[in-house]
Amino acid sequence: MNQADTAWMLISTALVLLMTPALAFFYGGLVRSKNALNTMMMSFISLGFVGVLWALIGYSLALSAGNNWIGDLSLGFLNGVGLDAAGAIVPITIPHALYMAFQATFCIITAALISGAIVERMRFSAYLTFISLWSVVVYAPLAHWVWGGGWLADMGAWDFAGGTVVHVNAGAAAFVAAFVVGKRSEYRASTLLPHSVPLVLLGSGLLWFGWFGFNAGSALAASPIAGLAFVTTMLAPAATLVVWTFLDLWRSGKPTAVGAATAIVVGLVAITPAAGFISPLNAIFLGAIAAVPSYFALIIRAKTSLDDSLDVVAAHGVGGTVGALLTGVFAERSVNGVFDGLIAGNPGQVLIQGAAVLTAIVYSGVMSFILLKAISIVLPLRATADDESVGLDITQHGEEAYMHVGGASARTHL
Amino acid sequence: MKLIKSIVRPNKVDEVKDALARLNIAGMTVTEVRGHGKQKGHTAIYRGKEYNVSLLPKMEVEVVVADALADEAIKAIVDAARTGEIGDGRVFVFPVLESYRIRTGEREV
Amino acid sequence: MKLIKSIVRPNKVDDVKDALATLNISGMTVTEVRGHGKQKGHTAIYRGKEYNVSLLPKMEIEIVVADNLVEEAIKAIVQAARTGEIGDGRVFVFPVLESYRIRTGERES
Repeated sequence: MNQADTAWMLISTALVLLMTPALAFFYGGLVRSKNALNTMMMSFISLGFVGVLWALIGYSLALSAGNNWIGDLSLGFLNGVGLDAAGAIVPITIPHALYMAFQATFCIITAALISGAIVERMRFSAYLTFISLWSVVVYAPLAHWVWGGGWLADMGAWDFAGGTVVHVNAGAAAFVAAFVVGKRSEYRASTLLPHSVPLVLLGSGLLWFGWFGFNAGSALAASPIAGLAFVTTMLAPAATLVVWTFLDLWRSGKPTAVGAATAIVVGLVAITPAAGFISPLNAIFLGAIAAVPSYFALIIRAKTSLDDSLDVVAAHGVGGTVGALLTGVFAERSVNGVFDGLIAGNPGQVLIQGAAVLTAIVYSGVMSFILLKAISIVLPLRATADDESVGLDITQHGEEAYMHVGGASARTHL
Repeated sequence: MKLIKSIVRPNKVDEVKDALARLNIAGMTVTEVRGHGKQKGHTAIYRGKEYNVSLLPKMEVEVVVADALADEAIKAIVDAARTGEIGDGRVFVFPVLESYRIRTGEREV
Repeated sequence: MKLIKSIVRPNKVDDVKDALATLNISGMTVTEVRGHGKQKGHTAIYRGKEYNVSLLPKMEIEIVVADNLVEEAIKAIVQAARTGEIGDGRVFVFPVLESYRIRTGERES
């Protein structure tokens, strides 16, 4: 047990937990005002349902010994998850219960990330059912394969803070969810614009802040590697933001604010798998490179009929994939003390990283599809056309984001 | 000259705009308003208290057209904004005595 | 009595207010609206998509004045709100049948 490590992990856990409300602001600002609360609730509700399920069963399935494919139930209902360091799947120097809580915050935000693909039309009860089951059936096994001593770890795939487990995983699920739930009835209309870009910027700023816990906390110690992950988490999104700004200027002559917020998230996603494995200078290169595929993925997606409304696939799926592959390019044993990547003379690492990404895409995609289809037998996935027209704030929650005096002002402002 | 003031569903503004554009009516003013008619409101719940929100969000679209175009414009608006359900809105017509273009100061007829 | 409804550039509201004040016209209602006329919109870019924002922000100023003040008021508004560029706005004049002061309930003439 180490007190410095414990102090840092207490803070990191709170930082990562804050990312889910931050995501709520990010997503909430991007939708129309009549769906602002519903969109934010899709993130907030994960704090409750996914948080509890993680403690009761998800944690054990993900991060107990079990076999190569899934953990066992030995840590279920927090059995044996105590205040000493014993019993965790990896060697830790912090209370086991704190390690469980830190990992919980990852599962919570991963489930919430998916919501960006289906905002403004999915029935809230169906969504809640989906992410609850998804956190157990999809997230937990994948986390086990990568972090719980499962087969992807055995294969030599490295994922520092969850590029594959969190971002590629959520991106694949988002793709499937957008496809199965279908596009918004007004998709393509000129009125589908963000209702509050300041909220989007607030959300992206808070995400960056929280992400220091996500990446530097993944060192599980107040160590030099935590310092490395912290610095790369600062530099990579900075580089993405710079390149994104030039891409915006080149394409439209104007650096957009939603673009800047998106760039920050893409840079954060891309550095996630590499954070503690590559040098700070290479983090700048990684962030710069990562801007390009996601930037064009956004443009291409907008031309398709896939209504991945808030571009979870382009930001998290593509960004996570690029980050995972570049981890295999830039990793240096002299920096991370564990493994080399392509530039340091180990080209095979890129292939292993690619195999892990592909595995995540296939598993998450197929299982998400099955889950959604199964749920649709019991619950309609979509809100009714009327509800979608009136807005999901009123119809799903009985509230409005922006009320006027007594709900009664005759004339409101645009 | 007539002022045609329509209160329509928020998601019908684009269709109304397009329908009017087909009649070469380009000038319009759009305002977010709250309206109350036959359409029932909804119940909002804040911390256990229930509120009846009877003023629902609507969009007000105002156009000023020559007398000869008024009937066609009204028909275009009604056709574009209608769903057949309660809450489709209203169209009101007012006389306009005079109209000036600010840029030139000229009076229009 | 007439209702004068002006759609002006948002940055011209103060000038119009001052101009009307010199005529001792102080009662007015100002509303943020979006308008669409000859002025071209601008292109909004949101991630991969470009949108043409054709409804531009304008301010609507409504005043009710006695018949003998109408000409002067219109002149004041047009002068204060004019820049000479497309997008300056419009002034419409409507008849007012009756007017009441709510505080006293008295009918005004």
